[in-house]
Amino acid sequence: MDEIEIETRVNGLARRGRVEPRLTLADYLREHCHLTGTHLGCEHGVCGACTVLLDGAAVRACLVLAVQADGAEVTTIEGLGEPDALSPVQEAFRDHHGLQCGFCTPGFVVSVTAFLRDNPDPSDDEIRAGLSGNICRCTGYQGIMKAVRAAARSTP
Amino acid sequence: MKPAPFAYHAPSSLDEAVALLAEHGDGAKVLAGGQSLVPMLALRLAVFDHLIDLGRIPELRGLERRGGTIRLGAGTTHAAVGSSAEVAEAVPLLSRATPFIGHFQIRNRGTIGGAIAHADPAAEYPAVALALEAELETVSPRGQRTIPAADFFTGTWTTALADDEILTGVTFPVWGGRSGHAIEELARRHGDFAVAGATVALELDDDGRVGRCAIGLLGLGSTPERATAAEATVTGTAIADVDAQGVGEAAMAVLRSVPADLHGSADYRRRVGAAMVARAWRRAAQEALHG
Ligand SMILES: Cc1cc2nc3c(=O)[nH]c(=O)nc-3n(C[C@H](O)[C@H](O)[C@H](O)COP(=O)(O)OP(=O)(O)OC[C@H]3O[C@@H](n4cnc5c(N)ncnc54)[C@H](O)[C@@H]3O)c2cc1C
Ligand code: FES
Ligand code: FES
Repeated sequence: MDEIEIETRVNGLARRGRVEPRLTLADYLREHCHLTGTHLGCEHGVCGACTVLLDGAAVRACLVLAVQADGAEVTTIEGLGEPDALSPVQEAFRDHHGLQCGFCTPGFVVSVTAFLRDNPDPSDDEIRAGLSGNICRCTGYQGIMKAVRAAARSTP
Repeated sequence: MKPAPFAYHAPSSLDEAVALLAEHGDGAKVLAGGQSLVPMLALRLAVFDHLIDLGRIPELRGLERRGGTIRLGAGTTHAAVGSSAEVAEAVPLLSRATPFIGHFQIRNRGTIGGAIAHADPAAEYPAVALALEAELETVSPRGQRTIPAADFFTGTWTTALADDEILTGVTFPVWGGRSGHAIEELARRHGDFAVAGATVALELDDDGRVGRCAIGLLGLGSTPERATAAEATVTGTAIADVDAQGVGEAAMAVLRSVPADLHGSADYRRRVGAAMVARAWRRAAQEALHG
């Protein structure tokens, strides 16, 4: 099939690419932009590992075609913080054992970042609903709950 | 988990989309939020030669209050429906159904038109549309038409839409007066499709009788269902005399093909369904009586 030229801004940098229409945004980020922090667990919308911000809204990058993101602003886990300057959500996940193997973590951190931006002072029930779209097979979620509570307190 | 190849079209107007769909025939499919279609493509449950993206057509978005109705463009996202104060005021059931749909990341992309066209029997918006007698507006090369929700859902994932027809908007009537609205569902985990669920809208007359009511059912058939017989038995009854559990059981009596799968037998679903109707009835009645 004919490839299509797309232009996006990823973590603040302008990117141009030629993609097959069937390429997902997740594969575009991983394989064309070499941003492998966006993880792929299920590739059909169930696990949340691939969550990125598309024009600020948290979405599943495996359910967005790269061509649909033409003209959009994308933020991945790499755009949220640096190893020596973690974001408040990343910091809280580290401090409160919000991760073990780390596979699900980029998706959680991106989701929680958007969630707390829109719900700065959430109740535990709201946090649970906000986390429902991300699956973790390691932590049992309690560390993640603690991390989100702490991040909510630390972000003004 | 990679979709088979297809050609991609991104029309910027509805006319262009209709023409593309007509040109490519049944090898083509429209793409809205992609939250149901892309998984089906990834799993190769569906294969199309052409996808026509409706996401760049501004005419499909937005909502408009017109007297006794409110119209939502088919491309309005679940998130936009759920956060609209106007929708909350005009059609409380739509707002209250929204948090049950998947997760917030899904709601940021999924559209009301996509959910209705996809016609999952356990989905929330189709059940609300059916129960509230929404009107579905469409366009095709043959022109525009309006399909009553009662004629729209023809089977699991199948609708009255022709292959070359696009859903453009959904119009809901606004219930006024002393009314109450509630949705209840049981899902195995938050955000999963419901095992069974129910929506209730009811309106009281000046004497405290049920002036009218609408009971929608989800997950309890091959399409969303409406419990018209149960509605008829309670209409005209003083609200204080209505036995909510009885309404639930009456609502189950009309069901012809309750699904059975590893999440529950048909009998189990009927019991859950009756309980969901009863709970929703009580909450709606409470709201109608006390605001
Ligand atoms: C993890 C997960 C959980 C979910 N949970 C729920 C849930 O609990 N309840 C629920 O209701 N949904 C749920 N969904 C589905 C979600 O609501 C979808 O957004 C919705 O079903 C389809 O809307 P869409 O805009 O994404 O459409 P798409 O996926 O783009 O399209 C779906 C179908 O509708 C057709 N279509 C779309 N728009 C039009 C139009 N304007 N005219 C004609 N045909 C059209 C497409 O051709 C396609 O066949 C879930 C999805 C995921 C991934
Ligand atoms: S990889 Fe996208 S949701 Fe699982
Ligand atoms: S930390 Fe291993 S899956 Fe979540």
